[in-house]
Amino acid sequence: MFNTKTILATVAILAGLAGMPATQAAEEAPHIEKQSWSFAGIFGTYDQNQLQRGFQVFREVCSSCHSARLISFRNLAEEGGPAFSEEQVKALAAEYDIADPTADGGTRKGVAADRWPSPFATEQDARDANGGALPPDFSVLAKARGVHDAFPFWIFNYFTGYSEGGPDYIHALLNGYHEEVPESAPHNADGTPFELPEGKYYNDYFAGHAIGMAPPLQDGQISYEVAEGEAAVPLTVDQYSKDVAAYMMWMAEPGLVSRKQTGFGVLLFLVLFAGLMYGTKRKIWAGIEH
Amino acid sequence: MSEHSTYTPGSGIEKWLDERLPIIRFSKEHLMDFPTPKNLNYWWTFGAILVMCLLVQIVTGVILAMHYTPNIGMAFDSVEHIRRDVNGGRIIQATHAVGASMFFAAVYIHIFRGMYFGSYKAPREILWILGVLIFLLMMATAFMGYVLPWGQMSGWAATVITNIFAAIPVIGTPLLELLRGGFSVGNPTLNRFFSLHYLLPFVIAAVVALHIWALHVPGNNNPTGVSVKDSRDTLPFHPYYTMKDLFGMVLFMIPFAWFIFFAPDILGHPDNYIQFDSQVTPAHIVPEWYFLPFYAILRAIDFNLLFIDSKLLGVIFFGGSILILFLLPWLDTSKVRSGNFRPMFRWFYWLFVINFVALTYLGAQPADGIYVLLSKICTAYYFIHFIVILPVLGRIETPRPLPTSISESVLSKSHA
Repeated sequence: MFNTKTILATVAILAGLAGMPATQAAEEAPHIEKQSWSFAGIFGTYDQNQLQRGFQVFREVCSSCHSARLISFRNLAEEGGPAFSEEQVKALAAEYDIADPTADGGTRKGVAADRWPSPFATEQDARDANGGALPPDFSVLAKARGVHDAFPFWIFNYFTGYSEGGPDYIHALLNGYHEEVPESAPHNADGTPFELPEGKYYNDYFAGHAIGMAPPLQDGQISYEVAEGEAAVPLTVDQYSKDVAAYMMWMAEPGLVSRKQTGFGVLLFLVLFAGLMYGTKRKIWAGIEH
Repeated sequence: MSEHSTYTPGSGIEKWLDERLPIIRFSKEHLMDFPTPKNLNYWWTFGAILVMCLLVQIVTGVILAMHYTPNIGMAFDSVEHIRRDVNGGRIIQATHAVGASMFFAAVYIHIFRGMYFGSYKAPREILWILGVLIFLLMMATAFMGYVLPWGQMSGWAATVITNIFAAIPVIGTPLLELLRGGFSVGNPTLNRFFSLHYLLPFVIAAVVALHIWALHVPGNNNPTGVSVKDSRDTLPFHPYYTMKDLFGMVLFMIPFAWFIFFAPDILGHPDNYIQFDSQVTPAHIVPEWYFLPFYAILRAIDFNLLFIDSKLLGVIFFGGSILILFLLPWLDTSKVRSGNFRPMFRWFYWLFVINFVALTYLGAQPADGIYVLLSKICTAYYFIHFIVILPVLGRIETPRPLPTSISESVLSKSHA
């Protein structure tokens, strides 16, 4: 039924489909080491402990400059995410003052339905406090960044469903700082050495290398609570950045776990259904020369 | 096509209805009894797959429109609202976004199938022309749909693509302002694109109806390209092709579901998760993959010709690369339809396919260095295929002997 020519043609078309490197951009993007994430692959799920640690990093460090305007406190209690208890989330929300023009004095205590409060009232305030640079909102940031694979490696991504480019980039970025401009820094077009503008920091993975954000994480900066009987998590930049990248992926894709679980069922059904359909088709066509 | 009608109204009500609106008779003739060549291969199931794609896009799109807000301040967040807070929204939105890609994948297969088996040749020229028209409408619809989430690629695609029209002499600038609803891409642009994005699928559905009508007058082409001679060559559409098409559809849903559930964003661009900012240009503005071949052609033209400047010339080539498809039935001079019986055409056909894939690849590359030269070569070959190769091949090629009928070819195959 499927002769060699058909198969070859299918391969050609698949190759054509794969020839859609929409995420293709060159300019010698530095190689980013792919990490092993619990949420990668068909059976990927978030590691609840990791998300809770990542939330701690976000809350204690990132959220002093970065907003997450699409996240509500209630999301933190949802299944498939950090899954704090409802009491924890209520207590957490109540720690924040929420601007509310209908409340006495213009602010009130937060409730679970409130959005995560932004650190700055306006974009201009955010820029003023950060040397003119705007700290991007975290809500979907993990999906707004990616990793550029060289040809032909990106073709495989369509078959493996690689969707962790954002967390990989974030992890690399947080570990890509140099105290001084390194030897590996690219030279300017006229051959003069790379010069870091005032108030910027050198990062291997940031586009243009001069990033406005100071290295946000240091070893030992955040102390994770260790539950009884569990191994202590290393208090390193590498670990912090993995945890916060995972947390950011959850913020960007809070329904990932249920999506993949549904998807497995759907695919299983479709494969079985296709088999039955094929059998039925064969039966109907039996005895017909075609 | 009442000549193959076997319908006799079974009951009084059916008889009453048949004399007033013969819808049951019509359905039976066209959806069940319609004589279809018995040798259609699986490439022919893509017609039905495309109908499914259109329906999926319309159903998911209508639901999305219930929750989407076409305002530049709210559009981006409203799409996220659909993904986060609307029941089933995550899957519906992903189905619609992935669905656009799957729709184009299927339409490219359908078009290339038609090209290989000569399905555009007499008496199917109108059928082909309507198909090209559907393809054009799909491109317009997909482009405007891509603008609606109001990400960086949305806004910049709108900017770049509307700018193309500005190159047209005399009416260019007024046309640009009409498309954008102002001097730059903004809220009026988003609103009119939303309105048109909702309208065009129904126009597509109407042209699809004409396309199927034009199919049902001469009937299907088939892999031999030999016309149907008598009833031994055909099978009733139902149950043979309803079943085969349904199987094809289910098979097609497998990669479709793979993308929806396991990599819903892989066919898009990460930059579209950044809200549109007209002050910040992305490092590379890349269209969706299905536009890349034509985008490569647009960018390949970076030189002036006589009094025509490069911008206008690019637009002429860009438009010409699609419009030339309308002329295909008359550019191909060979009387033999199927590529299976055209030894020289086959080679050039696959060269054309490879060239098209190469254009797709080049459309995603930065417009500098070797890529510009390669784009020019591939663009030139694209047009040479239609303007030189196809007309000449028909004159110099000696086709292999054709089977006298479909049933003869089927029998010889099964005994070989």
